[in-house]
Amino acid sequence: MPKQFTPKVVTANHLLEGDVIYQTATGWTRRLSEAELLTDEADADLRLIDALQQTDAVVGAYLADVKLVNNALEPTHFREEFRTTGPSNYAHGKQVELH
Amino acid sequence: MYTYSGFDKAFLAQRNTQFRSQVERRISGALTEDEFKPLRLMNGLYLQLHAYMLRVAIPYGTLNSAKMNKLADIADKWDKGYGHFTTRQNIQFNWPKLGDVPDMLDALAEVGMHAIQTSGNTIRNVTADHFAGAAADEIADPRPVAELLRQWSTDHPEFQFMPRKFKIAITGSPNDRAVTRAHDIGLRMLERDGTRGFEVIVGGGLGRTPMIGKVIHDFLPEADLLPYLEAIVSVWNQIGRRDNKYKARIKITVHEHGIDEIRSFVNARFEQTRATFSGVDQNMLREIETQFAPPSFKTASDAPFNEAYHNDPMFRSWADTNLTAHQAPRYKIVSVSLKKHGETPGDASAAQMRVLADLARDYGHDELRISHEQNVILPHVHMSDLPALHARLRSANLATANIGLISDIIACPGMDYCALATARSIPIAQQIANRFDDLKREQDIGQLKIKISGCINACGHHHVGHIGILGLDRAGVESYQITLGGDHTETAAVGERAGPGFSADEIIPAIERIVEAYLELRSARDETFLETYQRTGLAPFKAALYPQAKAVAAE
Repeated sequence: MPKQFTPKVVTANHLLEGDVIYQTATGWTRRLSEAELLTDEADADLRLIDALQQTDAVVGAYLADVKLVNNALEPTHFREEFRTTGPSNYAHGKQVELH
Repeated sequence: MYTYSGFDKAFLAQRNTQFRSQVERRISGALTEDEFKPLRLMNGLYLQLHAYMLRVAIPYGTLNSAKMNKLADIADKWDKGYGHFTTRQNIQFNWPKLGDVPDMLDALAEVGMHAIQTSGNTIRNVTADHFAGAAADEIADPRPVAELLRQWSTDHPEFQFMPRKFKIAITGSPNDRAVTRAHDIGLRMLERDGTRGFEVIVGGGLGRTPMIGKVIHDFLPEADLLPYLEAIVSVWNQIGRRDNKYKARIKITVHEHGIDEIRSFVNARFEQTRATFSGVDQNMLREIETQFAPPSFKTASDAPFNEAYHNDPMFRSWADTNLTAHQAPRYKIVSVSLKKHGETPGDASAAQMRVLADLARDYGHDELRISHEQNVILPHVHMSDLPALHARLRSANLATANIGLISDIIACPGMDYCALATARSIPIAQQIANRFDDLKREQDIGQLKIKISGCINACGHHHVGHIGILGLDRAGVESYQITLGGDHTETAAVGERAGPGFSADEIIPAIERIVEAYLELRSARDETFLETYQRTGLAPFKAALYPQAKAVAAE
């Protein structure tokens, strides 16, 4: 039996800045909270193809697992969690830049 | 120190112009990422978790004040005010913007530095003993040979698209501080009957398949070095496994064919390569050697040192831990720790870099080294200058007296930065250092090398740590596996895996149990951790590490 599809977002790094970005319905955002939630596998595949074609704006697009907690998107894996914040040794990256 | 010739400068300017154009074409969309990636990697530019990362080569770990000041300027202008020194004597800037990188490379070129071949399947930055040219136990300064190797390997047309990366390390001392047995090629300078030569070691490496290198030539005459190395790399370039990335390094080629067969292939190829070297390389080496002449050492009384040593306990503690014997009378090699408890191993702020540059100029014959252990070395300091130097280090938060002790930890950037990492390394290093600092037992524990990698690629050298820690992703949770008894020196050994891994919460108490076991087991206060381990083996440490298993077995 095929594995059940779990909710996803499309994520990548910004070509110029190199930082983490997420796909929205109309473009890209630096906040996971604003990402487009993909709950249908065929839809997710199409959105990823769309992202992979934007080679002049983003690098290394892929689908990352997320979960909805109190109506907010959260990563399911610690690697994706670190990508939403930045390094743990300095207050650098998203943990300070988005506030 | 080697100064770039007109040829070097022109080559670098041309290369930087070329890369600037490649970056422009990437930004305009004329180049796709697939086309651009190999080009940026050849120039040291990675894309990591949160940002781009520029890895700059510090050939054989040698810097002067101008170069160090330039690194500080780059950190301030285009990064976040710091740099990270690595186990391969490179410096990494963690936050550059793509459009700024060409300017960063031009700034580096102003002081004769570059990021070429710090990535990609090429011959990487040649590393050397960080005490080269200063150590009391040295046969010869290996840096002129390392510089010759840099010139030979940079943009070598035959070696730009190899099966995998290729790393060379060289030492001029019998006490190996360059981890030569864990490199694709390790070179140990030897002297026999007044003649210089090299023990050539091949097929060492860490990563997912750790191997201790094997001796392919026990005494290679100095003049044959380049044609012989060219023969080794050329043989591997031809028969190395390009079908499987994980089997592509020369250590696997040597393992699969056996050292004797590889030696015969190399000897056959060497007959061809030797004929193509006219001796011009040896002329170049003689020219390079003149640029590495020892500084004019001063003569002065060591009274200021003795006075401080007897009257200032802070100075005494630092002097006992951070100084090494020098080949010149009343000189010392100073190791400046970048491992202040709770800080990130190998990181230096731009302000600290400038202090180190000033100290090198004021007290150190304008020389600095970066060690593979992620510390900074002032290789030539007269004893009379040490009290003043120590005071200035203290003001810059650089006087931590812990070289070789349990808090002098190697740690890779791990999942705080690295896209390949499977777990974080830095917080584990910070917690271990803080814990043993709180216990105030570092001096009592003595020489103990902890090395931490955040993935199986082993940039943190965990296999050769007395205690090695490998961070893994186990079912979506950070997990840490311990190896014991590794050795990075001339008696190199890969550590033994102790057993099941520990969670991030469990790993610090686990390290404490190992250390407690050592303190119980050691036969005398001067028996080091490694000596105790070699005497007792894994069993008593394992029992301490997994007390539950012992309890279950007893039931």
